[in-house]
Parts: sequence; C-alpha cells; structure tokens
Amino acid sequence: MYRTIASILAGAAMAVTSFASAGAGTLEDVKAKGFVQCGANGGNLIGFGATDENGAWTGIDVDFCRAIAAAIFNDPTKVKFTPLNAKERFTALQSGEVDVLSRNTTWTMSRDSSLGLQFVGVTYYDGQGFMVRKSLGVSSALELSGAKVCTQTGTTTELNLADFFRSHNMPYEVVAYEKNEEVLQAYEAGRCDAYTTDASGLYAERLKLTAPDDHMILPEIISKEPLGPAVRQGDDKWFTLVKWTLFALLNAEELGLTKANIDEKKTSDNPEIKRFLGIEGDFGQAIGLSSDWAYNVIKQMGNYGEIFDANIGPSTQLGIARGLNNLWSKGGIQYAPPIR
Amino acid sequence: MNAPANSFVRNALIEPQAAPRNTVGITGWMRQNLFSSPLNGVMTVLILAFIVWMVTPFIRFTLVNAVWEGADRSACATATGACWAYVKAYLPQFVYGRYPAAERWRVDIVFLLLVVGLVPMLIPRVPYKRLNALFLIGVFPIVAFILLTGGHVRLAGNLIPSSLMAPSPLRFAVQYAIIAALIIGGLALFAKLAERPVKGSGTTASIILGYIAVVLFLVSLDFGLVPVETANWGGLLVTLVVAITGMVAALPLGILLALGRRSNMPVVKLASTIFIEVWRGVPLITVLFMASVMLPLFLPDGVTFDKLLRALIGVALFQAAYMAETIRGGLQAIPRGQYEGAMALGLGYWQMMRQIVLPQALRISIPGIVGSFISLFKDTTLVIIIGLYDFLGQIQASANDAKWASPVTGLTGYIFAAMVFWAFCFAMSRYAAFTERRLDRGRR
Amino acid sequence: MASLLNNPTVRGIAFQIVFVLVLGWLVWDIIDNTARNLQKANIAAGYGFLDRTAGFGIIQRMIDYTEASSYGRALLVGLLNTLVVAGLGIVFATILGFIVGVARLSSNWLISRTATAFVEILRNIPLLLQLFFWYFVVLRNLPGMRERMTLIHGIDLNIGGLHVPRLVPGEGLWLVAAAIPAAIAATAFVTNWGHERQDRTGDRPPIGTINLALIIGLPVVAFFIAGRPLGVDFPVFNETGPLLRRGFQAGTGLTIIPEFIGLLLALSLYTATYIAEVVRSGIQAVSKGQTEAAHSLGLRAGPTLRLVVLPQAMRIIIPPLTNQYLNLTKNSSLAVAIAYPDLVAVGGTVLNQTGQAVEIVSIWMLFYLGLSVLTSAVMGYFNKRAALIER
Repeated sequence: MYRTIASILAGAAMAVTSFASAGAGTLEDVKAKGFVQCGANGGNLIGFGATDENGAWTGIDVDFCRAIAAAIFNDPTKVKFTPLNAKERFTALQSGEVDVLSRNTTWTMSRDSSLGLQFVGVTYYDGQGFMVRKSLGVSSALELSGAKVCTQTGTTTELNLADFFRSHNMPYEVVAYEKNEEVLQAYEAGRCDAYTTDASGLYAERLKLTAPDDHMILPEIISKEPLGPAVRQGDDKWFTLVKWTLFALLNAEELGLTKANIDEKKTSDNPEIKRFLGIEGDFGQAIGLSSDWAYNVIKQMGNYGEIFDANIGPSTQLGIARGLNNLWSKGGIQYAPPIR
Repeated sequence: MNAPANSFVRNALIEPQAAPRNTVGITGWMRQNLFSSPLNGVMTVLILAFIVWMVTPFIRFTLVNAVWEGADRSACATATGACWAYVKAYLPQFVYGRYPAAERWRVDIVFLLLVVGLVPMLIPRVPYKRLNALFLIGVFPIVAFILLTGGHVRLAGNLIPSSLMAPSPLRFAVQYAIIAALIIGGLALFAKLAERPVKGSGTTASIILGYIAVVLFLVSLDFGLVPVETANWGGLLVTLVVAITGMVAALPLGILLALGRRSNMPVVKLASTIFIEVWRGVPLITVLFMASVMLPLFLPDGVTFDKLLRALIGVALFQAAYMAETIRGGLQAIPRGQYEGAMALGLGYWQMMRQIVLPQALRISIPGIVGSFISLFKDTTLVIIIGLYDFLGQIQASANDAKWASPVTGLTGYIFAAMVFWAFCFAMSRYAAFTERRLDRGRR
Repeated sequence: MASLLNNPTVRGIAFQIVFVLVLGWLVWDIIDNTARNLQKANIAAGYGFLDRTAGFGIIQRMIDYTEASSYGRALLVGLLNTLVVAGLGIVFATILGFIVGVARLSSNWLISRTATAFVEILRNIPLLLQLFFWYFVVLRNLPGMRERMTLIHGIDLNIGGLHVPRLVPGEGLWLVAAAIPAAIAATAFVTNWGHERQDRTGDRPPIGTINLALIIGLPVVAFFIAGRPLGVDFPVFNETGPLLRRGFQAGTGLTIIPEFIGLLLALSLYTATYIAEVVRSGIQAVSKGQTEAAHSLGLRAGPTLRLVVLPQAMRIIIPPLTNQYLNLTKNSSLAVAIAYPDLVAVGGTVLNQTGQAVEIVSIWMLFYLGLSVLTSAVMGYFNKRAALIER
C-alpha cells in the first residue's frame, strides 16, 4: 500500500508536469496553442471590458486583444479572455497566466520597472475624476473639502486621491472597496459624497446607477492616467509585436484606412499605404508574422478610430468625445511611429 | 352481606370525566406552553409582537408588493417590493455564469448525472452501494470534466528532451509507460528481495496505473466538444464545482493526514500535525489569497494553473485539514480491541486500516463529514474575493447591471441568494441529523 | 536481506527517510522557484518595504496614521482593527449565544421555537451573504450624511455611522488608572478572607457584593479625588452652511463607522447561532437528575440553571466554545468585502502596491496562527479550572 500511494503520487506528478509548456517565446507559445490569452476587466466596465448576458465580450481593451489575434492568426476570435480584478491583474501577467494584460491599466514608472511589466503604449489617455450627486451643489473638485470618497482598492486612484487632497490641504475620508460592484453599491446607498476613478470609468459606471441623471462628473481631472496594454518583461519579440499592433491601428486611421475601404486601397499608389498593406517590404516577417498582418488587423477590426467609436464614442451610450485621444493631426495626442 | 347503608359511601363507580377544560385542547396547550406563568405570558406576547414586526415587512416585500413581470429596469424603478422579474431574466446567468448559451446542455447533463448518482447513494435502502460509489468517484468526475471543459487536453510530456522526441501525445505515452514500468519493476524487485508474493501490491499498482492511463487517454480525446475555458464558468456551477471537488479531493487527503497524525512514526506524525494545525489556524481568505497570488510564484517558469484550479487547490488543502480532524475523531472512537484483534489475525497496517478500522471510523464520521461539507459549501462564497464569480458573486455583479439597476434590485438578489443557500444547507443539515439518528439506532 | 526488509522498525525508518527526502525536495523546489520568479519580476525579497511610505488613507485607525506613514504602520492599524472587531464580536456573540441556547430549551413553546428558527435560519446562510445584507441593505435605509436619527441624547445614527461622545482623558487620570489594579488586588484579598472564614465558621460572607463595590467604588472615588479628570467631547452636528459642511463634523466626538457595525453585527449573529448550539448541547448533557434534585431542594428555575446546571455544563461547553471564538476571529477577515480596514484588507492593498506577496502572506499567517495559539492557551487555562476534580 505504500507503493500504491507512491504510484498515485507519480501519476499526479506526471499529470501536473504534462501541462507545462515548452517555455519558449510568448509568440511561439501563442502560435502553438492557437490563441492569445488576454487579461480583461472582470468588473464589467462598459465600453472597455464587459460581458453581456450571453457571455460575449465587448470593449476597446477587449478589441485590442482581438486585433493581436487578427495580426497573428488573421482571426480575431482566436483569443480567450481571463477576467481579472485590480488586485490580481499583475500576478496573472507575471506568472504567465495571460499573454497580454489589456485591462484599463495605468502606465506608471513603478509598474514598468519593479513589478515586472512592460507597457506597450497608450490605448486611451485618461485622467482621474470625481462623480457626485447633483443635489450636493458642488461644481468643482476643489470644493470637496471634508468629503467622504469611495474608491476601489489596489489602484492608482487610491494614491492619487490621497495626493490630491493632501496637496490642497483638504481633509477627506476614503472608503476603499475590493470590487467595482461594491464601490458602486456603497456610493449609491449614500455612504460617500463622491466616487472617484478614471473619468472614462465614471461615465461607464454612471450608467449602472438607478438614476444616472441625478449624478454629475466634476470637470477637474486630477491625474494623468495613460491606460494601455502591458506584457511581461524580458520577451522583446512579443513586446514588439503587441506594440506594433497598436501602432498599426493608429497608423491606419492616419492613413485613412478603414475596415470598409481597405480592399480598395490595395490599388493605392501611396507608398506608405503600400508598406502598411505589406505590398512593399516585408515588415511582417521582422516581427514573426506574415507580411499582410496589418491588413488583416484593419480588415477584421477596423482602425483605432473605428474601435473607439464603436465602443465608447459619441454614438454609444457612453458618449465620450475623442479629446486627447484624437490623432495628433486632429488636436489629440495619439501618435504612432511610421511603418518604414 | 348487604351494601352498607351509609349514604355517604359511594356504591357505584363514577364514570371517568373529561379533563378540566383548561388543560386540554388548544386552550390547555396554550396554558401549558405559552402562559404557564405571568412572566412567560409577558414573554410570549412580546415575542409574538416581535415576530409580527419582523415577518410582516418581509412578506410585504417579497410577495405583496413584488414585481413579477417586466422587461427591464423600468418595471422595478418605483417598486417597493422585490423585483422578481430581474431574477427571472438573470436566472440562466446565476446558474451557468458566462458559460456559452449554446453549450449549456453540457452543464445540464452534469447536474443530472450528479443527481442520478447522488440520490440513490444517500438513501440507505437502495442496493448496489459499491457500484454506485464507483460511479460517483471513478466515472462521474471524468465525464463531468470532459463535458464541462470540452476535454481534448493536449498532453505533451516534458521529461524526455525535445531533441530526442518532439513534444506530442506519443511522447507523453512513452514517458508514462516508462514510469509505470519502473514502478512495477521496483515493486517486483522489492517483493523478490523481501520474499513476498508480487501479486498483492503489484496488482493494486497495476490497476491504479491502468486507471490513470485510461483517464488520461479519455481526457485527451477530441470528442468534438467546443472547449469552454474556466474563466467563463460562473454561478451555481462554480459553487458546486468548488464545493464538490474540494470535498472529493479533501477526503482521501484528510484520511491520510488523520492516519499520519495518529501514526507512531515521529516524523510523519509531526509533519501531519503541523500541516493540520497551520491550515486550521488561518482564515480561508488568506488561503485563497495565497492560492491566487503566491501559488504562481511557487511554480517553475512556464507552468500555470488557471484561477479556478488554483482556488480548488487552496480549498482542497484547507478542507483536508478539517476533514482530517473529523476523521481522527472517528478513529479515536474505535475501541482498542478492534486494532488488537486485527493485529492478532496477522493483518498488516494497511490491511488493518482498510478492512477493519477505516470502514467503522468513516461510518461514525459521516455526520461530521456532512457538517464540514455544509461549512465548505457556505465558504465557497469567499471565492468572490479572489475574483471568481460563484452564485453569490454572479448575483452581486448583476445587481448593478445597467439594464436592471433599481433601488430594490440588490436586496432582491441577496434575498434570492439567501433562500437558495438556505435550502441547500438546511436540506444537508437535516440529512446529517438523519444519519446521526440512524447510526445511534444501530449502535444501541 | 528478506528479514531486514520485512522488519517493521527498519521499514518504518526507511519510510520516514524517504518521506523527509520527498518533503525536503518539495520545499526546496518551491523556495527555489519562488526566488527565481521574484528575481525575474524584479521584486526584492525581504521586509525592507515596511519602512516605505504607504500613501493611502485608512478610514478607521486606533493609532495615529496618515498617508505619510509607513506600510508597517498601516499593517499595525489593520491588526488593531482586527483585534477590536474580533474582541467585541466575541463578547456579543457569547451573550447572545447563551441567551438563545437557553431559550431553545425553554418550556415556553413560542420562545423555544423562535430560538430554533433563529439558529436554523442564520447558520444556514453564508456569512459573506449576511455581511453584504447587513452592510448594503441596512446602509441604504439609514438617514443620509446630512441627516441624523437620534437614539439617545448625544448618540446619533446616520449613514456615516454611529456618532457617540468621546471621552477625553485629563490630567490626574493616572490616579483612576492606578485604582483599578488596586481594586483587583483588594478583591483577591477579600475573596481569600471570605473562603477562610467560610471554612472556619461555615458562614458565607457576601464576597460578591463586597468585590463589586470595590471594583466600581475605588476607581469612582479616585475619579472624584483627582477632580474628575475626564472631559466629554460631543459630536457636533451642523444644520446650516454649504451642503458638504453640514452633518457631523470630522474630529468631533467618536464615529463608529458602518463597516464596523455591519461586520460586528454579522459576526456576532452568525457565531451566536453556533454558540447557542454548543450551549444547548452542553446543558442537555447535564443529567436530568441534577435539575430534579435541585428542584426538590426547593431551588427555582433561575438559580437551578445558574448554580447547578450551568457550572456543570461549562465543562462540556468550553472546548467547542474556544473553537467558535477562533472561528469568529478568522471570519473577521471577511471585512475585506465591505471595506473595513482589517489586517487582511490593509495587507491586500500593500500587497498590490508593492508586489511583496510572500512577505504579506507570512505576516497574515503568523498573526492568525499566533492568535489561535494564544486563544487555545487561555481557554486551556479556563478549561483546567472548570474541569471536574476527581480523586
């Protein structure tokens, strides 16, 4: 019977070790398993990462992962989503549970250095704001002295909040919850005067309130919150691929390439478009993909502007204007290096 | 002799009379049980008032003012009662989570198989208990695994270097065969040296290795099922998976730990005791946190477990410690004579345990085991904190859905969750009480 | 060779050696992997991070804490919060549990059934769900931040919590503080004297009354001698001014936050159902003859319970009661779900900011293990005192 135990253990050990992947580069792993594992927002953040009643994912962060899948496999459905909350997102990426973290995560120095992450760029320029009840009669964040503020723990928000109130010498109380749902329930119940998170998040969360029109978002933006996808440190090839997928989305918008017109543009004489579509040069091979990778991304997902408009733009229920997220040529700061 | 003439002596028995009116019937019962003393009377009235004060608003909220029909939040926006329309709309999500709608029949089959396997097991009179147990422990988990995940696990093996053989199911099979041969060969060698028959332990080992091989073969087969990753599981499905897997994994581990703690090998005893006391000393939340943030650090590069599996490991280890203590109680209740009798018959340690002691000890422990399953079932709600969406988590998440948000949605969800959990736990605790009575009768 | 392999002692030793080797290899493998993974993620191991600035606020703090304090201090704040809620929870759960446990055995049908219903309903619903219920549902129904519901003069309730007057220690309070140990010492002396006297004369002096008078009287006398060195700081409520300035003013009185109340309520009620069961089975284990004998001696129901049944039942009650106390303490970690900043909640925040998973989890484990060892030691002492002394 000692031996039976030993054999059970041996069997278990074999079963466990057999799951181990080869441990080569992320791109090779992704190609081998046939899909991209993407860390998305588990808290149903409308417009960024959310699921509907049937479990289908929507949002700008989610679409970015689909764009990566389109670049690699020419099939945006070859992606699997892992819903993550704020506290566990970094561990999930560090441990290799997800290949890319696209979950409205703020790019900061400490995260880029000591947490073992590497941000590839910015998909959405955001800033932290406050939502209050209209009945409070406050029109500026600077009038919030003495307020009780609800927020989610484990975020940059919590720290920015402390900085903001301290630098303006205003007293405040913070009530920090574990999950988005709880913050919202508590704010709705009246536990706090103000609810703070990224401004985009405020617009999304306001929709979930019983009476959205009774609440307003204050004009002040108290921090820089560049939200972007991140990958693990130490895999430059994968990092480059994800980074250039983002740049391809931006470049496409700048070049006027859309989902609808990209096939016509194949005949274009513009050398920039030719390079983009892989007709001239083989930029795709340099990042381990086929030369029409960028074409595939745009054909399947559309350019950055299209993704923005479909998920959070003025025609959606969120109705967020492009603002900072417009192209540099149109008054925003979204700017991508050229494909050349 | 004539009857005495004294008129004050009764000469006929009087008919038995009915008891005084105030000691029988409803008045008598009330006098005895509700108003036996002035203080008792006052208490009765006070408690009656309290019950009315508590129950009336509850009934008014859940039944009288409740909204039963509706398509979205406008139906419940001004409601003062429960919004059952919301529960109705979200019921599939509460049960399946984000499991794709087209594949939900697979979950239904698993639920059905569970009921079919479990119900006859729980009724003492139904025969074929051994076959039934074999189905529940040996067949059901594999069927459930294949149905729920979609099966088709890619086994590659990693012990043989890739330069010799490319990673493939074949490499895994070769590797498995080598290890199996080594184990059986080792056993044979040992038996030869110790001058014992190879048959006993050799057969057991072969059966187990063969079973593992069949299981691995089955889960790696492609049945054409769409794979559904565990991230999409949710609701009651996750609650049941965590509770049942935790329990099934904890039981054998708990038995080993309980035996270890009562072992007379000092090292084993010390290790078991430390393991049990450490897990029992810390809250489940820290165990879950550990499973979710620390377990990935413990594993070598490239090996990852998904979140559900990590939670399952944490829950199983935690539960095993409690299970060990329950079973140890059962072991301690077995009279010494049983051990001595078994040894006198010349049985070895494992034979004695398997044939004589454990069957009795486990029988005594059944109520305790059910009791600890109930607490595990309630504790599964804690997986919310590490971001899994169990039944309660799914309800909480949907309460703030843009489509149904209203002042009563949250409360409705919580009441519904409470009723479901209560029904499950109450039924189980009744069952535990039933087995306890049955055991008592048997022992008397 | 064969006899050696079949020798139980040899086999036992060999098995233990293999066991240690396997265990050692497993532990070494885990440590090695962890070290490598941490290095890869650029996370420095060790407790040095405890001195770094935390930068986040905590809503309930027993000791001075600001955003500029260190992580170590933040964890200390969380630890004290855990202790407070667990300590009070134990007190309330015990009181309620004993009442309900005795009530379940009441001869009054309605009382015993109500108690049974209370136990059966609450213990079959997950604690986390009850916590959410008490917190989110009750929270919604409290008056808003700018309103209040006055319970007694000076004690108000609104969504910001329970606002009570705060006692401000003044100069000379040391006299009162010194009077308390003095009173305790005096009671020990009185008890001793009382027992001696009883042994000698059979006469029983009213030790209880004298002791109570000492415990309360001495500090009160000291309080007045020192010139009443205790101020009362009432919470200030503003009804006018800009909306944000209305309501209770920060820094006045003492505010018991709703997260604390919700957690305390849920923990006490839930654990009380378990304690009630412990108490009931303890009482039922006392032979009925004891009650009957007490009744025939002329004792009424109350004294019978207090003087005859409960002291005997205590022997059976104490060990499982200890377990319930430990469970309550461990369950207080659910605080993390409703934003009560206990050790686990604060630790989780620190973990997220610093990535020091191993260190934080080790702090949690040490704390809870230490607490459970301490509780079992204290309860072991009481258990020993209550145990039957047999010749």
